[in-house]
Amino acid sequence: MENMGLLFALCGAALSAAMAGIGSAIGVGIAGRAASGVVTEDPNQFSKVLVLQLLPGTQGIYGLLIAFITLTQIGIMGGDSNVSLQEGLLYLVSCLPMAFGGLFSAVAQGKCSVSAIGLVAKKPDQFGKAMIFPAMVETYAILSLLISILSIFGVSGLGL
Amino acid sequence: MSKVPMKQIFICGLKKDRKQILELLQMEGIVEIRDFDPEDEYFKTMDVMSQKAQFDKNSNVAEQALSVLEKYAPEEKTLLSSFEDVKDMARSEYDRYIVHVDTYIDMAASILRLEKQIQDAEDRITSIENRQAELGPWISFDLPMDFRCTELTEAFIGTVPFAADQEDLGSKLSESSEGDAELPVAVSVISSSKEMSCIFLVCLKKDVETIKERLKDINFSMPKSSTQSCIPSEEIKQLDKQKQKLRAEIQSCKEKIAAYSSAREDLKLCSDYFTMRAEKYTVLDGLPQSESTFFINGYVPAHCADVLCQRITGLYDVYIDIEEPGEDEDVPVLLTNGTLSEPIETVVESYSLPGRNEIDPSKITSIFYYIFFGMMLSDAGYGILLSLSTAYVLLKVKNIKPGMKKMMKLFFYGGISTIFWGLAFGSFFGNAVNVIATTFFNRPDIKLRPLWFEPMSEPMRFLVFAFGCGIVHLFTGLGIKFYQCVKQGDLMGAFCDSVLWFMFAGGGIVYLLTMPMVTNMLGLKLSLGSTVATVAAVVTIAGCIGVVLTGGRESRNWFKRILKGAYAAYGITGYLSDILSYSRLLALGLATGVIAQVFNQMGSMLGATWYGALIFIAIFLIGHILNIGINVLGAYVHTNRLQFVEFFGKFYDGGGKRFEPFTEKTKYFKVKEDK
Repeated sequence: MENMGLLFALCGAALSAAMAGIGSAIGVGIAGRAASGVVTEDPNQFSKVLVLQLLPGTQGIYGLLIAFITLTQIGIMGGDSNVSLQEGLLYLVSCLPMAFGGLFSAVAQGKCSVSAIGLVAKKPDQFGKAMIFPAMVETYAILSLLISILSIFGVSGLGL
Repeated sequence: MSKVPMKQIFICGLKKDRKQILELLQMEGIVEIRDFDPEDEYFKTMDVMSQKAQFDKNSNVAEQALSVLEKYAPEEKTLLSSFEDVKDMARSEYDRYIVHVDTYIDMAASILRLEKQIQDAEDRITSIENRQAELGPWISFDLPMDFRCTELTEAFIGTVPFAADQEDLGSKLSESSEGDAELPVAVSVISSSKEMSCIFLVCLKKDVETIKERLKDINFSMPKSSTQSCIPSEEIKQLDKQKQKLRAEIQSCKEKIAAYSSAREDLKLCSDYFTMRAEKYTVLDGLPQSESTFFINGYVPAHCADVLCQRITGLYDVYIDIEEPGEDEDVPVLLTNGTLSEPIETVVESYSLPGRNEIDPSKITSIFYYIFFGMMLSDAGYGILLSLSTAYVLLKVKNIKPGMKKMMKLFFYGGISTIFWGLAFGSFFGNAVNVIATTFFNRPDIKLRPLWFEPMSEPMRFLVFAFGCGIVHLFTGLGIKFYQCVKQGDLMGAFCDSVLWFMFAGGGIVYLLTMPMVTNMLGLKLSLGSTVATVAAVVTIAGCIGVVLTGGRESRNWFKRILKGAYAAYGITGYLSDILSYSRLLALGLATGVIAQVFNQMGSMLGATWYGALIFIAIFLIGHILNIGINVLGAYVHTNRLQFVEFFGKFYDGGGKRFEPFTEKTKYFKVKEDK
């Protein structure tokens, strides 16, 4: 029972990596399908649609980032892994914004990327604008990331 | 930092000089020609679309020939050549080559004929192979496939769709019917498989009808066409010979095509030549012409106007009029900037070019652009790599495409800014210095000290700094709005849309900073006195009231006006979300550092052994390349977003039309006047 804190904290890390990763996988996946379609018609657009396909991929990385910070803070990556139950739960909650924000924003961004890829297919010179629309969605993943980071650092600062 | 001033140019010339003048303009490439309709009975536009179509067709033929050539004799390319612009070609050289353009187009046509021949031969090989596959099961059969009968007997050669047994089949077919004697039938199964059996059957001529009936019952079918009167194994051999002949033909065609590879440059020139002519005819199509004169209307950058005017008037009898474009004209926009701001033009252009009364925001944008880009990437190692690689391309490729050059310069300066921020935050390939020293040299005390502070240990400090950058950025935007309004003489607009907002938002921010709760939360050691608080509050309220009163000033109805003003004042929440948006500087900056650390740590897991070192190097290379890729993309996209949404939102609408001069839109060569 004394390791429950560690368990909860680890749950948080796992959730943020897994859920944001799932979201990114879905997002990059649907964007990739649209991108392949464009490349069959016009192989010259490869580099542009590749960039657009990659845009929903960042959530997975943010999720990984939060998981990693959590793992370092709770000492799983080496060091003293003494986490109280209270602290563990706090870490779990800190990870949740990234987990949910990452999952849903990545899926939405993927759909947005699909449309942007369609835009580039029709008007390759409008690439700059096409890139901005999916990037708008990412804002919310970034906000989630921010809150998760601040919370994790905050929790470790509490010294519970 | 500005838009290039444009002049409107009218050229009226004699029809006999039309071709030369147009060619001159095309080569100079500094005049944008606008179609216009004088609505006059003397001036008519001319329909030249059919000639244009012919030129387009020729240039297409040359292009196709080039792609065929590329297939059989690929041109050698280096990695860097994709950055290169079209080659220059002197006018005299061009003239020397271009007289042969007909031979070039013939050459292109013969290349296409050879390609056609290859395709035909390949088709025939396919059909031969099909035939051979058909004959495969018959290979042991020693009669020609079209053998039909002898004097007394009739022969059937064909297949049944099941695995046939010789005896079964024989008895089935020879079975007596209605008490007659058994039919004399000889069946032999040549080959048999589950799906199909090849059978040969001989019967007496008188029994043919009965046998045919019975064969029909077991789905017997004759092979489709057997034109050759020889035994199957012989036919297969003959087909093999034909195939060899066709292959040799293909080979020789390929060689013939490859022999044309020395003419590749000629073909390129030919393609360019026809593209240029087609382009010229597109312009010609819209030109108003009278019986013996023609008329050109267009725009030319002001600094080129006089030189151009002198050149044309010196050579031909023309009348040229150059004047300031009128207020309502849709003047095309061309940007010009110093070396540092020039790359940002691409960013501005991908949003929108400045509209009629707007300034070119490239210069002011560039300052923030590089700073934000560097903060987001924030790793000295990555900055060095980025700057070195782009500098390499810039130095190595002399003849670089203009757009590519701007892009490379953008990342070069961005890289330099990244080095600066990386050093400020003490990040060099993440914490690589410390990890290497600890793992391999057992010196955990060695690490790169940040020149300023470490974002990982003081994220709040970074966040406050990011917000501060955001406030400066937003208020700069508001300041430009003020400048633009004053420049247009719209003093009311300058006061209402800029000054009042400065008071409202700026006062609000200062007031928030006087509250201990806020400063504590942000970790600022700042104590502003109560006087400041009072002044800030008064300024904020004055600004707020001002916005409510003037926000809807275009409405005449006072009630409506106040309602609209109140709604405008609600826009202060927009400032809040705009400022919060700058937290992405922190998020992306931390992301780079943390991911770099993840890879460093993963690499160092095997400790200070020789294989540990190898694994470290491998993970270090792969991981950091991946991280650079992701984060350069992220930094680029999000810096753009901060400019487009937060910054441009304050003052910039865009909507300008790009200056597109009538020029040689060629793919391979650019013809230049002799020096």
